[in-house]
Formats: sequence, structure tokens, C-alpha cells
Amino acid sequence: MKRYEQFSHTADIGVKVFGGTLKELFENAAFAMFDILADLEGLKGEITQDFELTAPNHEELLIAWLDELLYNFYAKNIIFYKFEVTELSEDILRARASGRSVSDNRNRLKTEIKAATYYNLKIIKKDDYYEVDIIFDV
Amino acid sequence: MPDWNGPLERVDDYRWRIPKSYMTGMRVDGIIYADEKIIEDMRHDKAAQQVADVATLPGILKHSLAMPDIHWGYGFPIGGVAATDIEAGGVISPGGVGFDINCGVRLVRTNLKEAELKPKLKDLVYALYNDIPAGVGSKGDIKVTEKEERKLLVEGSKWVVEHGYGKEEDLEYTEEHGAIKGALPDKVSERAYERGKNQSGTLGSGNHFLEVQVIDEVYDDEAAGVFGLEAGGVTLMLHSGSRGLGYQVCDEYSKSFIRCLAKYGIDVPDRQLACAPVNSYEGKAYLGAMKCAANYAWANRQCLMHLARGVFEKVFSVSPGDLGMDLIYDVAHNIAKIERYDIDGKEKLLCVHRKGATRAFGPGHPELPVKYKNTGQPVIIPGDMGRNSYLLTGTEKAQESFYSTCHGAGRRLSRTAAIKACRGRSIAGELQKKGILVMSSGRETLSEEAPEAYKNVNEVVDIVAGAGLSKKVCRMRPLGVIKG
Repeated sequence: MKRYEQFSHTADIGVKVFGGTLKELFENAAFAMFDILADLEGLKGEITQDFELTAPNHEELLIAWLDELLYNFYAKNIIFYKFEVTELSEDILRARASGRSVSDNRNRLKTEIKAATYYNLKIIKKDDYYEVDIIFDV
Repeated sequence: MPDWNGPLERVDDYRWRIPKSYMTGMRVDGIIYADEKIIEDMRHDKAAQQVADVATLPGILKHSLAMPDIHWGYGFPIGGVAATDIEAGGVISPGGVGFDINCGVRLVRTNLKEAELKPKLKDLVYALYNDIPAGVGSKGDIKVTEKEERKLLVEGSKWVVEHGYGKEEDLEYTEEHGAIKGALPDKVSERAYERGKNQSGTLGSGNHFLEVQVIDEVYDDEAAGVFGLEAGGVTLMLHSGSRGLGYQVCDEYSKSFIRCLAKYGIDVPDRQLACAPVNSYEGKAYLGAMKCAANYAWANRQCLMHLARGVFEKVFSVSPGDLGMDLIYDVAHNIAKIERYDIDGKEKLLCVHRKGATRAFGPGHPELPVKYKNTGQPVIIPGDMGRNSYLLTGTEKAQESFYSTCHGAGRRLSRTAAIKACRGRSIAGELQKKGILVMSSGRETLSEEAPEAYKNVNEVVDIVAGAGLSKKVCRMRPLGVIKG
């Protein structure tokens, strides 16, 4: 299954993300965001970071997860490219992400993403997979 | 995507209405300033629906408005204006300001003429590109401690001028003197400080730019004279905002304001429209934090202008001041402002959201610099990098739009569609043939920002001028462009 695809949004960037499970949906959403931010091809990890986040529901948890990664990208200069969601309930997410410092990879940076938005955000359960549309402000 | 088939009723040549009967929850009509072509384009995305969505905000007065550069955003449309009545429980919405708080433009005049500039254009553009930090992940010139950063968030442009970036007089020609009162640094999180601390004095990326231009048409000689502008004269325009600090402020308050919907019994059609009464604890906290980000943005543009002045002086080998690089004006186009209006004979304090719209005070407004009392407020409208930009002035008639007008050309194509349309082409080469030298640090920025990705700014400006929201002063043509 495709991890994500971009769709047209006039001002910003829209992605439709797919996942066989909810965990995979969250992992693929994070991958989609960093794939827009930077060229991830051939990137190898040196930094791993653990995350624990809470929010009242899956949709807000998804945005909290993306925003947390984005904050780490800008403040700690880490390009993440591999994501493993180890635990996901209605209101808690535990995950580990691997990445590499921006410093020696500056030429990989592509598009500045300001934030992930809540606009029209709805996680949809299909027969055997999940999908969600996310708009990033760029 | 299915077309939007809601009602768009023609009011006159420049105004179209979405009646409040269209959707349950709309408190006022939507009014869109547009021509037939723009209205036709709007059928293909959800910008018009967003105008209707904004009309549900508690306390919204008169209309949910959209300027002719309207396009599909998230929550609010880009080009949206909404004023809420503070005393009547009117709300403030972080999404109605946007992530790039106080994204705005400034215009600088010079004594240079096009003929003097031309032989040095290449040197100038290369030097600007080298000396002005731009692009994703760039770091700025100003490094400050957190204590100093707090002062910067309160004092805005004044802080950077006192630290050697520009002159006192620049403050007079900046909206709010570059420091809006009531900023509350305590309401800005550690994370926002962290994201902002290395970015003061950076241009940013995407549609942010610095442009060397020539005035190719003057419509109002008297006003142009007041601004020190004439045909053939060279100007400098820059477009940037509050960088990571503003994005983080919006991010955190958008998140926490979702909880305010239940707390204050507010029903809005989308979470990105989350809001709270201006007079609530949360509303005041956001306003205090938003003002910090706005001041940061003014400081940022002040710093960028100072760096650019230095580059001009270096390239033209003249001493500071000899080029007459005076700031004409700096104005925000993503902001919420508390302003006083006469509504049906009663004075009211309103919270005016301008999300991709420019404040445009008419002549005689008390907040204008003395020099501009008769002209009205300068309104700076950047177009795309291949066509034109404009300097307009505010009018008394613009009271109908809460003294607001358009903020640019407005996107027509999505970034992906623009990249697709530009595949196999050299945008820089095409622009060079038109005499425009462009440099960008982003790999795909030039395709994303290709002229055809935008509406024609000339048509957009004709609508706001025709509707009487602003008056044309002069038109500029780009010569050199630095993109993030």
C-alpha cells in the first residue's frame, strides 16, 4: 500500500495518508511530513528519540504528534525519517523516531512547513485500512 | 474535488453575496469582492465555503468579508476579514490570524533611477542573496539571550533600531511604530522562544521575498510626491513574517482553543476556526502572545531592511543615507487588531481579523503619520515575481470593509500544479528574458512561485480600486528578486 499521496490545495500542501492500522497511519503521516520537508532518500540514522503524547482523541493526537516532530526538527535540528508507534490508545501515543542532524544535510532541505492544521481533519476507517487528509501550512 | 455550488449573488460590479440563509449557523451574510472571472475560479475550490464558515463566529458584525485575492486556506479563507463586537461576546480566533502572525510587507524608496541600477543589478542581486539569510533552516544575524528576547517581543522594531539596525525615523513609518502595545511575553511558551531565537533577521521561504523594483506607472502624482516616488525610480520591497516564533504561538493556541469551544458553548464548523471571547482569560492570553509575535515580525523586517540598505551602500559605494533609502511604510496582512468603529451611530470596539488582508486607513485617520494625513495609509500590494506590484492608499469608503483591502495577487494554482506546469522549464531563464534576475535557495521555490501560479495582480487591484476600498498611487515592475 502507498504510504501517502499529495493532493492539490491552493495555498498549502495537502496529503492523503494511508495505513493498514492506526499505528501505521500515524507513522506514515510523520513520514509524509518529513518527505515534504527534506529529501530522505538514503538517509541513515544516528539519533533516536522517544515520544509520549496525550490528546482527547485520535485526530488531535495525530496533529499533536506531527507538531511535536516539527518542533524537534526546528528547535533541535533533526530530520526524522523512520517512525515506530509502539502504543496507541484513544488518548495516548508512544513512539520512537530515528533521524539525523540537519547540519551536514542542509542541502536535503526542501520545503518549510509551518504547521499541521486541523482543517477538515477526519480519520476514516475503510474496509481494511485507514486514511486521513492533512493540510500543512507551508 | 467537487465544485462548490452554493449561492453567489451578484450585488454590483465588484461585490457578491453569500446569503446567511445558505447555511445554518451563519450569523451574517458573506460578501466577496470579485469580478466574474474570480467568482468562476472560486467554484473550483472551497474558499467560498470558508467565507460562509467564518460567518458563524460569535459576535461577527456586518459581513464575513473576502478580498479579490481570496483563495482556499484552512479555516479562514486567505483574503478573509472578520470583525467581532468585543462587548457582545465577540471572539478571537488564532486560525483567523494564521501561523505566520504579522506576515507583512515593507516598501523602501531610493534616489536611484533604473538606468543607474541596471549596470549593477547582477552585483546587487548576488550580494543581497549572499548577505540576507533566507530559506528553510536559515539562521539570523541577531543572537540574544532569553531576557533580551522578551524585551524584543515587547519593544519590536524599537529594540532592533536601538541595537543599530536602522534609524529612529523608520519607526514612524511602521504600523503601530513597530511595537503594538499590550504584548505579554509570559504568554509565549519556552518552545516558541526556542523556535524564534535563531531566526530574527531571516527572510524565510516559500512566498517570502526581497525585490528590487522600478516604478513603471504613476496614477496619483500628488500622493507619489508625498512618498518621494516618481516613474523610473527604484524601490525595494520585502515580504516576511514572525518565522518559527509566530508559527509556534499559533500552533499552541489553536490547540488549546479547541477546548474553549465547549467551555464557552461555541459551535463552529471546523476545529481550525477554534475561538474564545476576546474578553475571556484565553482570549486575552492569545492576544498578548499574538502581539509578541507581531512585534517580533516588525523587528525581523526592520533587521532585513537594515541588511539590505547595507548591501545597496556596498554595491553602489556610497555612504549611508546617500541613497535616500527611506521606509515608505510597513504593514501587516496576517493579524487581529482591536479597532474602534462607528456601527449604526454607536461607537464600538471591534476585534478585526485580517487573514491575508491589509489594513487601509483613509485620509485623516489619527493613527497615520502626520506626513500621510492627506494621502491616507500607504497599502503595499506585492504581485508575483514576473508581473507587477502596487502602492495604494486607504480610503474613507473602506470603512465598509473595516478599513481592509487585498494583500497580493492570491494563488491560483496549488504548489503541486505549479511544479507540474513548470516541469522541464527554466523559470529563472524565462524571467531573465523579461529583464528580471531571480535567485532562490529553495529547490522548487521558483516553480512553486512561478507567475502563472498567481492571479493577475492588475485585475485584483482593479477590483479593490473599482470598489473604492483603495486608490492606486503607482505600479512597480520587478528587476531583481531574492526568494527563500
